[in-house]
Amino acid sequence: MSETKYTEEHEWLRVNAAGEVVIGITHYAQEQLGDVVFVELPAIGASIAVGSEVAVVESVKAASDIKAPLSGEVTAVNDKLHDAPELANADPEGEGWFFAMTAQDIAALDEYMDEAAYQQLINAS
Amino acid sequence: MTTHRKTLAELEMRGDFIRRHIGPNSQQIADMLAALKLDTLEDIIPQAVPEAILNQDALALTETISERAVITHLRKMRERNRVFISMIGMGYYGTIMPAVIKRNVLENPAWYTAYTPYQAEISQGRLEALLNFQQMVTDLTAMEIANASMLDEATAAAEAMTMCKRVGKHPGTEFFVDQDTHPQTLAVLQTRARYMGYEVIIGDPQQDMSRGISQTQPFAVLLSYPGSSGQVNDLQAVIAQAHDCKALVIVASDLLALVELKPPGEMGADIVIGNSQRFGVPMGYGGPHAAFFATRKAFVRAMPGRVIGVSADQHGQPALRMVLQTREQHIRREKATSNICTSQVLLAVIAGFYTVYHGPKGLRLIASRVHRLMQLFVAGLAQHGIEISTPVFFDTVTFRLPGKARRIAARAREARINLRVIDADHLSIAFDETTTRTELSVLWQVFIGREAAALDSDALDSTLAECLPEALRRDRPLLTHPVFERYHCETEMMRYMRSLARRDIALDRAMIPLGSCTMKLNAATELQALSYREFSAMHPFAPLDQAQGYLQLFDELEEMLCDLSGFAAFTLQPNAGSQGEYTGLLVIRQYHASRGEMHRDICLIPASAHGTNPASAVMAGLRVVVVACDEQGNVDVADLQAKAGQHSERLAALMITYPSTHGVFEAAIVDICKIIHAHGGQVYLDGANMNALVGIAKPTTIGADVMHINLHKTFAIPHGGGGPGMGPVGVAGHLAPFLPDHPVVDGVNPAANEQGTIGTVSAAPWGSASILTVSWAYIAMMGAHGLRRATMVAILAANYTAHRLRDHYPVLYTGKNNMVAHECIIDLKGIRAATGITVDDVAKRLIDYGFHAPTMSFPVADTLMIEPTESENKRELDRFCDAMIAIRQEIQAVEQGIADQHNNLLKNAPHTHNLLLQEDWDKPYTKQQAFYPMRYIQDDKYWPPVGRIDNVQGDKHLFCSCVPVEEYA
Repeated sequence: MSETKYTEEHEWLRVNAAGEVVIGITHYAQEQLGDVVFVELPAIGASIAVGSEVAVVESVKAASDIKAPLSGEVTAVNDKLHDAPELANADPEGEGWFFAMTAQDIAALDEYMDEAAYQQLINAS
Repeated sequence: MTTHRKTLAELEMRGDFIRRHIGPNSQQIADMLAALKLDTLEDIIPQAVPEAILNQDALALTETISERAVITHLRKMRERNRVFISMIGMGYYGTIMPAVIKRNVLENPAWYTAYTPYQAEISQGRLEALLNFQQMVTDLTAMEIANASMLDEATAAAEAMTMCKRVGKHPGTEFFVDQDTHPQTLAVLQTRARYMGYEVIIGDPQQDMSRGISQTQPFAVLLSYPGSSGQVNDLQAVIAQAHDCKALVIVASDLLALVELKPPGEMGADIVIGNSQRFGVPMGYGGPHAAFFATRKAFVRAMPGRVIGVSADQHGQPALRMVLQTREQHIRREKATSNICTSQVLLAVIAGFYTVYHGPKGLRLIASRVHRLMQLFVAGLAQHGIEISTPVFFDTVTFRLPGKARRIAARAREARINLRVIDADHLSIAFDETTTRTELSVLWQVFIGREAAALDSDALDSTLAECLPEALRRDRPLLTHPVFERYHCETEMMRYMRSLARRDIALDRAMIPLGSCTMKLNAATELQALSYREFSAMHPFAPLDQAQGYLQLFDELEEMLCDLSGFAAFTLQPNAGSQGEYTGLLVIRQYHASRGEMHRDICLIPASAHGTNPASAVMAGLRVVVVACDEQGNVDVADLQAKAGQHSERLAALMITYPSTHGVFEAAIVDICKIIHAHGGQVYLDGANMNALVGIAKPTTIGADVMHINLHKTFAIPHGGGGPGMGPVGVAGHLAPFLPDHPVVDGVNPAANEQGTIGTVSAAPWGSASILTVSWAYIAMMGAHGLRRATMVAILAANYTAHRLRDHYPVLYTGKNNMVAHECIIDLKGIRAATGITVDDVAKRLIDYGFHAPTMSFPVADTLMIEPTESENKRELDRFCDAMIAIRQEIQAVEQGIADQHNNLLKNAPHTHNLLLQEDWDKPYTKQQAFYPMRYIQDDKYWPPVGRIDNVQGDKHLFCSCVPVEEYA
């Protein structure tokens, strides 16, 4: 497992053993959203461009778009979220992952924050 | 002691209504002024309102007239309407509103004065009534899920079109429409499509589909079942072919026909829409009525409008609420699925009750009778060689009458019956619930003269052959839920409706201090004309010479609104505020286009705007650029200047609310409008807060080019529990030619010229025409003097409330002299940080005090926005403020550690009777504190029917039909 990276949109990214980038929302994000009731995930095989809206996470208070942090192709989605969206609250950075993708340019990952920088960001907000 | 001798004019009490409408009397007004250290009511204006926008000239409005005189005037107006029997059809039919529903719902303030059921715990009654409506729609259409109504059939079709584009993910931009579709639906689809960049293709689906629709590649198809002509076609093959081409299928249908016909859901439809008007709601010259919208469960998250669903309360009891609210425009803004906020709750409630009252057997009798009578009518004429071009029909038939269609229609008019002339050779006739064998004889006479006497309905009946093939007949059971079996005797029906009404808090029980909603009095006299047959029983496409009373009403109301606003013209077509926004923006686009500037597509919207604004802008094909607000909640003028400059070439409009959504008269407004004009843009003023301007300032003085007015806020149309609304749009002279017109009725926009209008935005030419009588009566009775006084008292009441609460809760945002406009925002952020108590907790605790909560977390999170309106008496304002202050003390107990942070009066609110009946009272406070925290509650305690509702469960496990009976066991 590589080091976890974080985006300003409160998503986390991590490279798995297969070299795919796994993506989900951070603990802070789920706290802000409150109880997650629904997650709309992209189709496996969809090619996505960085910055495009690929998923939607809904709580009783808000609905937020998840933006693709990298360009590439979706290789897996977390089907468990369909019946148990609460996983996004209970274990956002583990069992509550959203989807995995191959990255066209894996080096782009380095431009995102490391944990310390992300901590600083949320402490400031 | 000398007594003042009253003048005759005083004794005549012409302005008496003013003191009936305005809650506080002179003494109370004086007391409130004293609290604010002001001398006279007039002092409010220079204190609170920027001088630059004040009216310099007096209004031209007529003098105020008395309640009795208004009734006389409306009676005269109604005499100028001539009500013929309508057989025009086209989505509007004669119907019989059961008297028990009229008396207990339509004419009952418990139903018509309620607000949209956001506070679910105090809205269980109408939520159940709406759930009945949804259940009825899903049953009749055989779809999986239905929403709680749409504005009208045509806009429902337009919403269905855009929804198909969203969920279908089809790359095409073509939308195929069955040529046998109501012309008004087609017109609204074309308007919507034009600005969304879609192309509407009209054709014959039976032919075009079999030829292979793939030639055109539409992303969706709309089929009419029955068609506008009356013809009923089997859709199964067409739907399958459309699906093969990856197109989704919308079916426009008719609920009464679906009692007899195979439902579209069984034929594979993806969406079914239509009008529920003929289920007990009068035609009202176009509205209001509730359209319906049903779809597959898989698409529910893309469905527009409101959906009622079943959840549970904190005690595990079933409880109803609106589901999936996060999809709505107030949260999703420009990403919302639609700009719809108002639906047609009161009318959906009535249609639902109509179904409950008749039940499946009753509806079958009605549908079979209507169908039988039409078959008899056709059979009688067939004996005389008259042909029909719609061989398979339910209640509407098109006749082939070469060269004679107009003559026969004219003869029918002499018999006071309106038919639909299609062209010189064709005429169509629609029967309905009110048709009897008498009309049959009269019409036979119209068609064949004296020979009609030989036709005998009973004899014909015995030899009749059914025209509907077996494959098109409904065999699925109808309305099987017990609610449709239980209330067929009037006693039970009356009690059922009362038992639901008493679960809700409406204006008949307490003030509803919802900010931005203007929950003012809906006076009984204002509503009287709604029950006049000459207003309610008119078809929207009746010949104009029969509708002279209505035309007079429109003229007079438009003149009143022009006088109050300064605008040159109004359109009365948009039937909700959101529709008004959409219409106004299209007018601006069309204006730019007429000057060769179609490229202007940027709409500036302040961050503080109501979420509907960006949602409407997107529907009008505009790109939203957000303008920042400063810490006081005002538009950041420097940012506005920068963005207007940056987008100068492409600037189409600014959308701004005034007074601001923060409830403040922004001083910079005039400069803001000037900046927009300097860059070639137009100013759209959102009229949501017009109640703070009427009679003291005109939108045109401020600098507005366009504005919609919510007649259901400022001009006294009741909210109906979440609709009907009306959103007429006023424009400056240069925009008048672009206001909407109508494909069926001529002259709807008298200023239209060769530059072209925006098209049509509602099914009916003058929207929900019948409720315009309410606003007309309000303005007539208030007059210029009364309206101005109402505005001043509304501002006074808001400032008095702010004054009373200020020491207990911080008041956010004030304008000059620390004054608010007609509403005030109190801040609970600090309370939340210190105690974990949220606005939700305060809202639910207010229920224990018998109040509906103020607007929550809009426009700022963790706040409550309070709009008392002019109609609330000082006693009621004080009662509300006392409750808020008492709740503040309960919060203080938590702050001080006296009360538990999680187990306290607020977190456990609302307290239900079930709690009271628990054997062991285990709460750390007394029953008195829980149930009767103040003295006044002992006189009239409101018992919430359910405890706090679990929102999470409701949104996770969607269940949007009537609750199975065993759940209540």
